[in-house]
Amino acid sequence: MKILVCISNVPDTTTKITFTNDNTEFNTAGVQYIVNPYDEIALARAIELTEGGKGTTTVINVGEAATDPTIRKALAIGADDAVRVNAAPRDAYFVAKQIAEYAKDKDFDMILTGRESIDYNGNQVAAMVGEFLDIPSISIIKKLDTDGTNATIEREIEGGKEVLTVSGKFVASCAEGVAEPKIPNMRGIMSARTKPLTVVEAVSIEEVTKVAKYETPAPRGTVKLIPAEQTAELINLLHSEAKVI
Amino acid sequence: MSVLVYVEQAEGKFKKSVFEAVSYAKAIANQQSTNLTAISIGDVAESELKELGKYGASKVLNVSTDQLKTFVNQAYASVISSAAEKEGADVVVLSNSFSGKGLAPRIAVKLKAGLADGAVELPSTDGKFSVKKTAFSGKAFAITELTSANKVIALNPNAFGVKENATDVTIENFNADVKQSDLGTVIKDIVRATDKVSLPDAELVVSAGRGLKGPENWGMIEELAGLLGAATACSKPVSDADWRPHSEHVGQTGIAISPNLYIAIGISGAIQHLAGVSSSKVIVVINKDPEAPFFKVADYGIVGDAFEVVPKLIEALKAHKA
Repeated sequence: MKILVCISNVPDTTTKITFTNDNTEFNTAGVQYIVNPYDEIALARAIELTEGGKGTTTVINVGEAATDPTIRKALAIGADDAVRVNAAPRDAYFVAKQIAEYAKDKDFDMILTGRESIDYNGNQVAAMVGEFLDIPSISIIKKLDTDGTNATIEREIEGGKEVLTVSGKFVASCAEGVAEPKIPNMRGIMSARTKPLTVVEAVSIEEVTKVAKYETPAPRGTVKLIPAEQTAELINLLHSEAKVI
Repeated sequence: MSVLVYVEQAEGKFKKSVFEAVSYAKAIANQQSTNLTAISIGDVAESELKELGKYGASKVLNVSTDQLKTFVNQAYASVISSAAEKEGADVVVLSNSFSGKGLAPRIAVKLKAGLADGAVELPSTDGKFSVKKTAFSGKAFAITELTSANKVIALNPNAFGVKENATDVTIENFNADVKQSDLGTVIKDIVRATDKVSLPDAELVVSAGRGLKGPENWGMIEELAGLLGAATACSKPVSDADWRPHSEHVGQTGIAISPNLYIAIGISGAIQHLAGVSSSKVIVVINKDPEAPFFKVADYGIVGDAFEVVPKLIEALKAHKA
């Protein structure tokens, strides 16, 4: 079985988000980058399905050379090889096109992503890759099993879940539940240095979006503290002042 | 030129988030002095389809093809895209629901359209078509310009609100050609907890964290949520410890929500948790530690032990309802 896992290079979850250049650019100063946490779930499941000679897991990232440490981290976790499409990831449409171009003649049995990247929160890439390749895509999955040809998948829906099957190639975006993220061990970290990382050039595609500006949420006023014994007062405030109940 | 909104049905009914998407799409149609068409796929009674007129749809395309009775991402995306082309719609609106998140990107590729998902406001009308959307898991917003001729927008639940806008509505059957290759996924089972409020589109949410000490103490959280008609949620350590299901985990690596009221009980307010809930309209924090960072972003707070405060809150709420 051959699995392709798409990984995104994102700011660490503890990052304080600020912007520069009149709020048009994300301020990267001092920011630590990590493998997008949801992509780690996808990666962990791919490794479970392919380790021990059952197949291969390839990771792909669309990014410039600065993302190589993040790709090496994915190799340390257990991917067999890696591909970097050498371009700044303009938007999901651009990224998905690059991944589809790379994957179209490589015969991957499945392509996995995380449910969304924690920077742009898109959850767009998986379904876009599916559309570019004209194969099924299943978004926000909670469980993934396969016998090599037929996969059984659980997908989250409002207030429940949907169980579905898919035959043949597909793309899926993974959420919590699919697998537990793996922590690289020393052997993984050592071997990651010598695993193949191929760099390919990007294809061109029309621009469809651009970020004009960023905003940060308006700060809230100071908290109104209510003494612990006056819970009725809190209910009153929520009813008559905040008007939410 | 017109605006097309996809109205997602669940068991033949439209939820509030659908009427909200229709209200939002109608406002865009008004901005562009054009009409709003809705497309529904699956078994929905005519009386329910007519409801869409209340929020501004002047035409409803009804797709009741046998092969499309249950959700197939790929085929639904094809049908919605071909409807957009036939109607000459250059803006397609969806709810940013679980299914909407699977459909919108495919429709965007088919229509060579820019996609703004997680939209929280109407597009700008300054000559550019820019949409404010959530980014960095609630820590920021990105004003995203859709530079393509066609545009797709997925609206966040509770971002715009339901707005009535009564319009005469006609219902047309829409015949969709379904390609066999679009039917690659087959639904085997749907499990829905019908007695609970669904978290992503809940207006009120009661959430609890490690301060609850163990899963056996969630009875009072569920009772409080039940009285309010609220959904229940939890922090990451709680779902990691399997005290509560992953589907309840809100925060940067869980789901981001924006209810009208978020009550956080025994949650300290780590930056990753705040990211997922900071766009809630009103935040109430109950925590025994007066230094808990959550108080800094709360509107109302009670410093006290959850095991004392929550039962009293339940009593007060019962009294209020009586």
